[in-house]
Amino acid sequence: MDWHILAQQLVNGLTLGSIYGLIAIGYTMVYGIIGMINFAHGDVYMLSAYVTAISLATLFSFGLDSLPFALLVTLVMTMVITAAYGWTIERIAYRPLRGSTRLAPLISAIGVSLVLQNGVQLSQGARTQGVPSLIPTTLRFGEGDDFVQITLVQVMIIVVSLSSMAALTWLIQRTSLGRQCRATQQDRRMAAILGINTDRIISSVFIIGAAMAAIAGVLVTLNYGSFDFYIGFVTGIKAFTAAVLGGIGSLPGAMLGGLILGLAEALFSGMVNTDYKDVFAFSLLVLVLIFRPTGLLGKPEVEKV
Amino acid sequence: MDLPSFPRGLLAMVLAGGLSLSGLASAAETIKIGVAGPMTGGNAAFGEQFWNGASQAAAAINAAGGINGKQIELVKGDDACEPKQAVAVANRLLDQDKVAAVIGHFCSSSTIPASEVYADAGVLVITPGSTNPKVTERGLPTVFRMCGRDDQQGPMAADFIVKKLKAKKIAVVHDKDTYGQGIADAMRARLKELKADKKEVLYEGLTRGEKDFNPLVTKIKGTGADEVYFGGLYNEAGPLLRQMRDQGVKATFVSGDGSLDPAIVAAAGGPKFIEGSYMTSVREARNIPAAKKVVAKFKAAGIDPAGYTLYAYASLQSIADAMKATKSTDGKKLADWLKSHTVTTVLGPKNWDAKGDLKESGFSIYVWDANGNYKEIAL
Repeated sequence: MDWHILAQQLVNGLTLGSIYGLIAIGYTMVYGIIGMINFAHGDVYMLSAYVTAISLATLFSFGLDSLPFALLVTLVMTMVITAAYGWTIERIAYRPLRGSTRLAPLISAIGVSLVLQNGVQLSQGARTQGVPSLIPTTLRFGEGDDFVQITLVQVMIIVVSLSSMAALTWLIQRTSLGRQCRATQQDRRMAAILGINTDRIISSVFIIGAAMAAIAGVLVTLNYGSFDFYIGFVTGIKAFTAAVLGGIGSLPGAMLGGLILGLAEALFSGMVNTDYKDVFAFSLLVLVLIFRPTGLLGKPEVEKV
Repeated sequence: MDLPSFPRGLLAMVLAGGLSLSGLASAAETIKIGVAGPMTGGNAAFGEQFWNGASQAAAAINAAGGINGKQIELVKGDDACEPKQAVAVANRLLDQDKVAAVIGHFCSSSTIPASEVYADAGVLVITPGSTNPKVTERGLPTVFRMCGRDDQQGPMAADFIVKKLKAKKIAVVHDKDTYGQGIADAMRARLKELKADKKEVLYEGLTRGEKDFNPLVTKIKGTGADEVYFGGLYNEAGPLLRQMRDQGVKATFVSGDGSLDPAIVAAAGGPKFIEGSYMTSVREARNIPAAKKVVAKFKAAGIDPAGYTLYAYASLQSIADAMKATKSTDGKKLADWLKSHTVTTVLGPKNWDAKGDLKESGFSIYVWDANGNYKEIAL
């Protein structure tokens, strides 16, 4: 294989993996704090794609012609609206069921997922929606037909993902909110006794996860240009896989898992066969789980006595 | 008689009476016909075409007095192009809605399992758009189609790619679905006959529902293909084309009827990505002289009868004609009548062979322009 094809596949894989990683953060944080999977998370990401398109269309219809400004406003708006959805999901589907069996919130989350999918389908139509390519800038390295290219949007995806990850790590490690999050994660009852408002902390984790999904939604909409009400399903499953691969509950694990999954898919597609790329990705997951049941960076659960 | 049981018994009688009355009333007034296809999901554009076509046909037939004095009532069935859901919808149409005949489904992978349910119940089904050969190759007597088959459509694309486009390297991509892989394989079979199978440089399947095909596109780029043939639907064709153009792959894109819909423009994110692509599909029905009046009616109702719209219209006309002639809704009788008579439809006269395939059917090749419109090209 030529070097430029290999390099191009690495670019493809990194882009895809960064998106998986961003969405995986939502799964991993919610799991870390309440030990449950938020199955509506993929659909929160889907929602953010719609909010992005609506926001961009609104801004441009008001005659805004500065693209960076429009993108910034869109990003903020999408994060706020999507975060509101994350908060609502926690209030509706998780909090009322906190004392019940572990399966109950799981089922209510699947219910929310169905409501979101069908709600968007009814209000926005079942058709695929599109956004024109706004940032056509492309960087090319190499000569003639043997070039590696990376679009500005792809650069944005990788840079924004890594910096969001860094910001989030700082938030969790260094701020008071992060300290409360970690305390709640360790022992919710003890944290509550020590005066931490655990309900508020759990809410904020849902909000942060949704905001990360919103960033992914904006970037993906800019990159692929089309979306429909069903995109949350496939991407959600992949991101969940990434979270498990990296060790669910671990923040850097989510990003690592996403990148590994994206790279594995791209390289397997490129070198072997696209038909079986998912088989390869999931085999990889199985292998990792056999040798490291808690995922790559997950900590083994300590039995509390 | 003790008091509590009396009202309950009365209530049950009233309920039962009411139910049977309403059942009789609706059976006397209408004939229910199912319209099944992807009404939601990524391929909803085709379901919309089916529904629009059937609705307009039903309105026209009802205005002319209905079928044997009964009005047609259409019942929508949504399969979202999911085989499992298609079977559930088929059962619902039969058991709950008690339809007398069905127009549908669209995706061959849905039509094949669903048509078995209809055939078991002896209900007539005409698909306006399922082109996979298997639909009519299973000896089911009540299954018909209003379109041609992929063993015509695929080879037509192969001839076009080899003879007109003079392809040197052909990359074949499909969506691993009955329709998509079927048409791609039919195309490849013809390549072999043309002794052009050595020109095939890639044959791979992508996953329906995904948006990122960049690794596959890079691979296509690496093969240096000058033609890409895609067997699949517009929802995947759009992003695939966009990513090809984004990565600087200039190969001509050729695909089948599943990709030929204006919705591909949104799926790709702009008409510039689709410009110059070729797609085979059923003949352009809007230009058929016999359809002129009907097309005008559609336009007056604010509907562009594109793609399979008029094929769904013709399907309902055929069902209505068969029911009028046989004065029956029995699937077996209707099927026998359709196989032995010629039906005058909006698409012109149609007649079927013993399998339920049209005796005469054809495909055309369309090309997309820079404004996101497609037109039939002369060969």
